[in-house]
Amino acid sequence: MTAGRNLVEVENLVKHFPIRKGFFSSRVTGYVQAVDDISFTVARGETLGLVGESGCGKSTTGRLLIRLLDPTSGRIMLNGADLAHIPPEELRTRRRDVQIIFQDPFSSLNPRKTVEGIIAEPLIVHRIGTKAERQARVAELLKLVGLAPDHARRYPHEFSGGQRQRIGIARALALNPKFIVCDEPVSALDVSIQAQIINLMRDLQKDLGLTYLFISHNLAVVRHIADRVAVMYLGKIVEMTDKHSLYESPKHPYTQALLSAIPIANPDRRRQRVVLTGDVPSPMAPPKGCRFNTRCPLAEQRCREIEPPLVDVGGGHKVACHLVTR
Amino acid sequence: MGRYIVQRVLAAFPVLLIVTLISFCIMQLVPGDPAVVMAGPQATAKEVEQVRVQLGLDKPFLTQLGTWLYGLLQGDLGRSILLGRGVSQAIGERLPITLTLALLSFLLTVAIGIPAGIIAALKQNTWIDQAVMTVALIGVSLPNFWLGLMLIIFFSVVLDLLPAGGYVTLSQGFWPWFKSLLLPTLSLGLLQMGLLARITRSTMLEVLRQDYIRTARAKGLPTFKVVAKHAFKNALIPIVTIIGIIFSLLLTGSVVIETVYSLPGLGRLLATSIFSRDYPVIQGGLLLTAAMFVGINLLVDVLYAFLDPRVRYD
Amino acid sequence: MRHRLFVTGLTLLMLMVLMGILADLIATHNPVQVRARFRFRPPSLDNFFGTDNFGRDIYTRVVYGARLSISIGFAVVLLTAIAGTVIGLLSGYIRRLDNFLMRVMDALMAFPTIILALALAAALGPSTINIVVALSTVYTPRVARVVRASVLVVREADYVQAARAVGASNLRIMLEHILPNSMAPLMIQLSFIFAYAVIAEAVLSFLGVGPPPPTPSWGSIIAEGKDYIREAAWITLFPGIAIAMTVLGLNLLGDGLRDVLDPRMNVDSR
Repeated sequence: MTAGRNLVEVENLVKHFPIRKGFFSSRVTGYVQAVDDISFTVARGETLGLVGESGCGKSTTGRLLIRLLDPTSGRIMLNGADLAHIPPEELRTRRRDVQIIFQDPFSSLNPRKTVEGIIAEPLIVHRIGTKAERQARVAELLKLVGLAPDHARRYPHEFSGGQRQRIGIARALALNPKFIVCDEPVSALDVSIQAQIINLMRDLQKDLGLTYLFISHNLAVVRHIADRVAVMYLGKIVEMTDKHSLYESPKHPYTQALLSAIPIANPDRRRQRVVLTGDVPSPMAPPKGCRFNTRCPLAEQRCREIEPPLVDVGGGHKVACHLVTR
Repeated sequence: MGRYIVQRVLAAFPVLLIVTLISFCIMQLVPGDPAVVMAGPQATAKEVEQVRVQLGLDKPFLTQLGTWLYGLLQGDLGRSILLGRGVSQAIGERLPITLTLALLSFLLTVAIGIPAGIIAALKQNTWIDQAVMTVALIGVSLPNFWLGLMLIIFFSVVLDLLPAGGYVTLSQGFWPWFKSLLLPTLSLGLLQMGLLARITRSTMLEVLRQDYIRTARAKGLPTFKVVAKHAFKNALIPIVTIIGIIFSLLLTGSVVIETVYSLPGLGRLLATSIFSRDYPVIQGGLLLTAAMFVGINLLVDVLYAFLDPRVRYD
Repeated sequence: MRHRLFVTGLTLLMLMVLMGILADLIATHNPVQVRARFRFRPPSLDNFFGTDNFGRDIYTRVVYGARLSISIGFAVVLLTAIAGTVIGLLSGYIRRLDNFLMRVMDALMAFPTIILALALAAALGPSTINIVVALSTVYTPRVARVVRASVLVVREADYVQAARAVGASNLRIMLEHILPNSMAPLMIQLSFIFAYAVIAEAVLSFLGVGPPPPTPSWGSIIAEGKDYIREAAWITLFPGIAIAMTVLGLNLLGDGLRDVLDPRMNVDSR
């Protein structure tokens, strides 16, 4: 139970999904290397933004952190306990400290349950309080997220997308968690509503002392809520630093590309054949060396052979690129 | 494509295995002593013993199973108690009749059911649609053996136009043969038609809603071409699935219809053998009908692959 | 308005059920009493549907027959609902069981329904319970399939993940989240199974393995009447109409359920 600066410490987290073929036995013919050896920390009360394209592994990381998926290897330290390697009993108790907010407000709430039933479920599962106490807690949570307590009797389909997301937030808060994984919580909402929800989340963070992992593909949104940002590509973290440094002076070519939104197309560079259609190489067969080398305009011979480590180039600004760390 | 077919064939094997086991185990379900049941209430103890040995019931379960399976592989399904001949022989004599009936009914079903469904879909919510669907609904709700009896009453008793039963072989003339099969075909097919029409209609409605149909219409294609060229092929896929089910229904229906019309087909053989507890025939018949069904489904799957290219690259 | 099919079907079904329940009140004669003097009377004011070869009043027998035929159908629905839901839930939620269970279900479905039911009923012996068991065995795979399909979809929904994230047990997830959201297709399938079961019972009775006499069921009345088609066609006519009306009601019910539940399903789950 260390009361260190960091609430969450992830070390060498790996998640490989086996690909099975065959109809009787399941022979494993390969692996999808969704998350490939990443490490990061999140300090108490801070928000770490996790950005990247679809398929880069950010959602997988989020689900690993709350143990909806089991890691292939690595450690997930929360408050001093390794979530990846504790017995089920203890895991169940620890679940109260880390919760998740989902992306799709339309599929994240059980259509057959009342709002009360949805928000109270975590309390019921952990046998907290009497029925009356739970009701009171639900009313309190609803007020906290900006809804009226008598909404508790209604059903999800009676609410708008933004309101449903608020309900999802209320549910995540039910157990008084310290750490919340936010998996693209505003991506499915209209822009004006996005702002409302982001502001709500910021207020809640301040008032309740929450720590967030904010996953998104939208850099503009992340800028509003994150303190630090990590950029992922094909299962690896390529750059990680505080917000200002990232947006003002990005060092990794990929980050620069993302920020300038210029697609990388350099016909002078020989391209490695891509197996899947789409721009990103398949996570089943990531390129040798730096994973970004197939699309990087500055790629050198070294980039195609040796994988660059994530190195601190000053002031906590970490980059994984040979050209930066030479 | 070839790989897909092989996949499907291999997937059918475990099902067939279980089917075989179930067919065999029916005999084991009989409460009491099957030999007693089969020898009949008048049999002496000695006769019962004879039956027991004849059926191999005195041997342990696994031996019986093994013997049966071994015989299967050689095409021998055992001997019928009542008919005094081989099961395969008995089935072989009757199968063509059932298949003829099934084929005729199937043709009738498809010839009327699919166009009816298409028309209903094209004229959705008009009186034509309502009429077709009402008839289809009634068709699906009538018990087919009762319909058979009603048809007999009307065409045979009242009008005396068609025979009330009995099978006339083709060698005795086309018309007599046809007349003996007309009512049974109608009884069997009429209800299947309703089912096919309903499914065709709902599938066509789904397809017609699609944007690519709107495009085709906007291009100025006449409705007939739109339907024939674009809509139908895509609607065909769920319809082809139903064909497997319809075949199963035809086999099922044949049991009853052949009984009603006294046709010496496989269905009636099964019915009488079940009623008289002729277990070797029951086992063989069950296995055969189930195997045919699996076979038809396999064909349907392969047909699928032809119709829907997406399936091949699964 | 959308509910018209559903209401019509339900009304029709309820009429037939009522007929069975109120049999004692609305019958005109004794259903099993043999009155040789009154054989083969055509329909008249005395005997609405005529009499059969034993002089029994067909109208009365049809009315009483509703009890047996409909209760058998209902019992089958109950049994298949329970068995099919359990199998479907387990199969859909637990991957390791899925392959095996579904192969068995496929194998059962490979047998044409009546033929399998016939064989089972004959093997078990003619009695009402055995009919119910035989028919339930035959129809359970269909229910299991439908439930399994729903479970496979619902299982991936975020709200199920949310429940897991909170630490809910598998049992709780199955009962509170998966099952309630898989109900709609299940209900629809069950109405059709009710219809199949009523017809199947009639077929089984017709073929001679139905519930034993003297209690009349619609199928057995038709079976008895088939030998007398020329003399007394009414024996077979009326029970068939009763069956047709019940099944029609059930089919309308199923169709209506489909219409009623479908738009709501779309709104709720996505």
